[in-house]
Amino acid sequence: MRITCPLCGARDRREFTYKGAALPVPALEAGVAEWDAHVHLRDNPAGPLEELWQHDMGCGAWLKVTRNTATHEMLGVALAQDAGLAIKEGQP
Amino acid sequence: MRISGKGLVSHNRTVNFSFNGKDYMGLEGDTLASALLANDVHLVGRSFKYHRPRGILTAGSEEPNALVSTGKGAARDPNIRATQQELFEGLAAQSQNCWPSVERDVMAVNDLAAPFLGAGFYYKTFMWPAPLWEKLYEPIIRRAAGLGALSGAANKDPYEKAFAFCDLLVIGSGPAGLMAALTAGRAGTDVILAEDDSRMGGRLLAEVEEIDGKPAHVWVAEGLAELEAMDNVRLMPRTAVTGVYDQGTYSALERVSHHLPPSQSLKTAHRPRECFWRVAAKASVLAAGAIERPIAFRNNDRPGIMMAGAVRAYLNRWGVAPGARITVFANNDDAHRTARDLVAEGVHVTAVIDSRHDAPDSGEFPVIKGAMICDSAGRQRLESVTIRSVNGEEKLQTDCLAVSGGWNPSVHLTCHMGARPEWNRELAAFLPKPDAVPGMVVAGAANGVFSTHGALQDGAQAAVTALAGMGTSVDAPPLPVASDAPYRISPLWAVPGKGRAWLDFQNDVTVKDVAQAARENFRSVEHMKRYTTQGMATDQGKNSNVAALAVLADATGRSIAETGVTTFRPPFVPTSIAAMGAGAEDQGFKPQRYLTSHKASLQRGAANIEVGLWYRASYFAKDGESTWRQSCDREVTMVRKAVGVCDVSTLGKIDIQGPDAAQLLDLAYTNLFSTLKLGRVRYGLMLREDGFVMDDGTTARLGENHYVMTTTTAAAGQVMAHLEYLTQVVRPDLDVRFTSVTDQWAQFSVAGPKARDLIDALVDEDVNGETFPFMACGAITVSGVAGRLFRISFSGEHAYEIAVPARYGDALYRLLLERADPFGGGPYGMEALNVLRIEKGFITHAEINGTVTAFDLGMQGLVSKKKSCWGKALSERDGLMDDDRMRLVGLKPVGAMQVLSAGAHLFDPDATVERVNDLGYVTSVGFSPTLGHMIGLAMLSGGPDRMGDTIRLVDHTRGIDTLCEVVNPVFFDPEGGRVRG
Repeated sequence: MRITCPLCGARDRREFTYKGAALPVPALEAGVAEWDAHVHLRDNPAGPLEELWQHDMGCGAWLKVTRNTATHEMLGVALAQDAGLAIKEGQP
Repeated sequence: MRISGKGLVSHNRTVNFSFNGKDYMGLEGDTLASALLANDVHLVGRSFKYHRPRGILTAGSEEPNALVSTGKGAARDPNIRATQQELFEGLAAQSQNCWPSVERDVMAVNDLAAPFLGAGFYYKTFMWPAPLWEKLYEPIIRRAAGLGALSGAANKDPYEKAFAFCDLLVIGSGPAGLMAALTAGRAGTDVILAEDDSRMGGRLLAEVEEIDGKPAHVWVAEGLAELEAMDNVRLMPRTAVTGVYDQGTYSALERVSHHLPPSQSLKTAHRPRECFWRVAAKASVLAAGAIERPIAFRNNDRPGIMMAGAVRAYLNRWGVAPGARITVFANNDDAHRTARDLVAEGVHVTAVIDSRHDAPDSGEFPVIKGAMICDSAGRQRLESVTIRSVNGEEKLQTDCLAVSGGWNPSVHLTCHMGARPEWNRELAAFLPKPDAVPGMVVAGAANGVFSTHGALQDGAQAAVTALAGMGTSVDAPPLPVASDAPYRISPLWAVPGKGRAWLDFQNDVTVKDVAQAARENFRSVEHMKRYTTQGMATDQGKNSNVAALAVLADATGRSIAETGVTTFRPPFVPTSIAAMGAGAEDQGFKPQRYLTSHKASLQRGAANIEVGLWYRASYFAKDGESTWRQSCDREVTMVRKAVGVCDVSTLGKIDIQGPDAAQLLDLAYTNLFSTLKLGRVRYGLMLREDGFVMDDGTTARLGENHYVMTTTTAAAGQVMAHLEYLTQVVRPDLDVRFTSVTDQWAQFSVAGPKARDLIDALVDEDVNGETFPFMACGAITVSGVAGRLFRISFSGEHAYEIAVPARYGDALYRLLLERADPFGGGPYGMEALNVLRIEKGFITHAEINGTVTAFDLGMQGLVSKKKSCWGKALSERDGLMDDDRMRLVGLKPVGAMQVLSAGAHLFDPDATVERVNDLGYVTSVGFSPTLGHMIGLAMLSGGPDRMGDTIRLVDHTRGIDTLCEVVNPVFFDPEGGRVRG
């Protein structure tokens, strides 16, 4: 599998580490229920999925990769920092 | 028998080789198989199960029978296909699966027992009595099983792996592949042309054919010369593409030096045996050709019975006639070419037996239409065949039978990403599913296009299509003139009749076995494969799969299309683990990280211990110390009484800077760092998002917007990635930057009552309780070198960590030891460090094992109530604050056995030792010379509420069963007076 890092170009997937679905991060104060849903109650679609990978053996960038989990087709890659997943409200 | 002057071998250059200890002569350009056939050697091996005599069946990598071992001792290579092994001077090859010799094989007795050894024999026979399985059955089966044998010694031959990139990968160099490569190469795109064979050209080397009025092999040579002259084209012969993966990634195995005498290859030229390639290609053309399939009939496995296309290849490419009286048995027109070519060279063709009533006539050889071969005879070599026709049965003397049941397109690679091939009735073959692999275009025989003209045209068009897919527009080139004979076939899989008719030669699977599998309800093709072992082992059923499933279809009353094929998976050809793992043996498997103090430590007698990839000093043996415990005890006492020096550079160090640095730390750590004063250090705890402890460590504030974080050695990479996650995904708005400086700083712990005296005298600045109180940090200078000093302690003693740029690490370490000597101090290693920290109840990743919370560690006070932090929400879940959770305690032995062991489990003394009564486990232990007994840390259910209780410790692995007392995890100086003093 190859992932096109927006900073480095197309690279072998051995350079990347997978984290999981790319979901908006709840506020730190959001409470147990919302965090539980965020961490544990995830969909596992056979099809397109937005997910987080880190180019840890490359530039270190966290990426939002849209991948078809059934075919491994790559549908898009963006820097995670521009993906709007950040905590929306509240400050630590 | 060699035909003088015929073929593409050098008739005037002889090559000496040996087979089974006997010397022979071949020609330059021969394979081992062609040279053996030229010497009239047909018996080359024994079959897997029945130990039947077997000969050479094919002329390519699909060969199921002619597997040999080459090389000696540790360099022995088993299962080398004689059809692929190029001849070189001095080559010594041996038959496999026979003893004492291939001619007189003791295990051939299996053949007589065949009625008992049918499909499923293993499953039915070795069932009971059960105790015999381990003692008797398994050892016998293991000895009998397997093809070839490894030497058992470590192979020192070099192997390599490599990466390649191209626009177009062309797989196969027959007419289709060559035309595709020429088309793409002329267009200026980067092309790799990979060919399994040692010589490029595919079937064009094996056929009597004209292209553009020239012999086909001449046209091939001209095409290759043109490609070779192009900078943008790379030719890779002896390279089998073995797998297809996502986004245009291909694996390939190059046999780099199997064709060279060992003297020319390994030592002198530094050539590896094999190279495992990963190829990233924007597009590919699969022109892998087709593999001919046999027809099953009684005793169709005798040496001398070969594929018709292989007989043609041996004749036309290697100038060898594999017999003096050759018979052809076929169900298609193509096989008639074998008879035609043989006759043209003056070889006697007894007849072409064609199962079709409408087979073409020939003036050159007899054609018996509507007939089949139903049996053969001959012990170690074919002597006769029995022909069945409307006139009855008739014996025919012959020493070689060329069989063709038609051709199977090599669709294997098109299936590696999950696609299934599709049945084509007209061609009686499976064809690749269109667009089975993104970016791959299939051409030529692999696509069911069998004529030379068709393959040339298909190959050129495939390149045009593939290049168009990457946005490069090319016109189809003019095509050379070639023959366009139609492929006519009428399916025939197995000749009906009694006796054993082989489908899979390598695994001794017969038509009966497949029928039996179906009768016993193993009707799915995947089940049939596993029940009969059809299609397993080195050839993966390349000859036999389609015929076997056709027989299964017949036995189950289904069509071939309904029956389907088994799953084709990588690798396409056997791939040695040595090639796939090249570079990862020994040290290559695990890089070694050495500390700047490494050499000086060794000079001081250090024994090293591996900590992740790091090598750290475990203990320093002094004269008179014969065990590590003696050294460890002395070092612990030295730190407690004088001063010790330990390299702690392996801890992860992350330099964090920026206006929002404090905010990042407050987010990552459970406790507050924004309130940390300049020039101070604080211990911190980090949680994972699920609320469990990720790591701990200290962070120093060196400036208003400048911190240095330390992580544990084990979690350095994980914490770095976590901070990158927090700043890129969770809070990209934070204005903060950080980088790992673990390798940039050498850092040493200086611990003990004499630590201040040592440090004060060493550094240029005054170091005292005023300038460097407990948990202070700051810049210092050592011998003119700018460094940093932290007053932190992992031993409970008055201690410092002193850091200098790594290039001064060796010098500073030597200087520290020199200064420590007069105090009665010296170096201490990991063993002493561990005892010192257990005496103080300090935790490591032995305790932070991924299942513990801050509450479990007694550190809930470190989870700030004034702010949120990463992981806090889920750390507050019901159950994670339960008093009965396994929580940190200290243990000391009270039983007669004064022993504790890490990994032991804890039980109530009155309870039975079983899982349901398990109260916890021991995480760390050591002998405390300070206290005079062993001490340990443990996670114990309701631990803090059991202080003073007696608990039973059981370690089945080490045979320990003893009692111990639950105590405060801080064994030594619980008030902390020493660290502040």
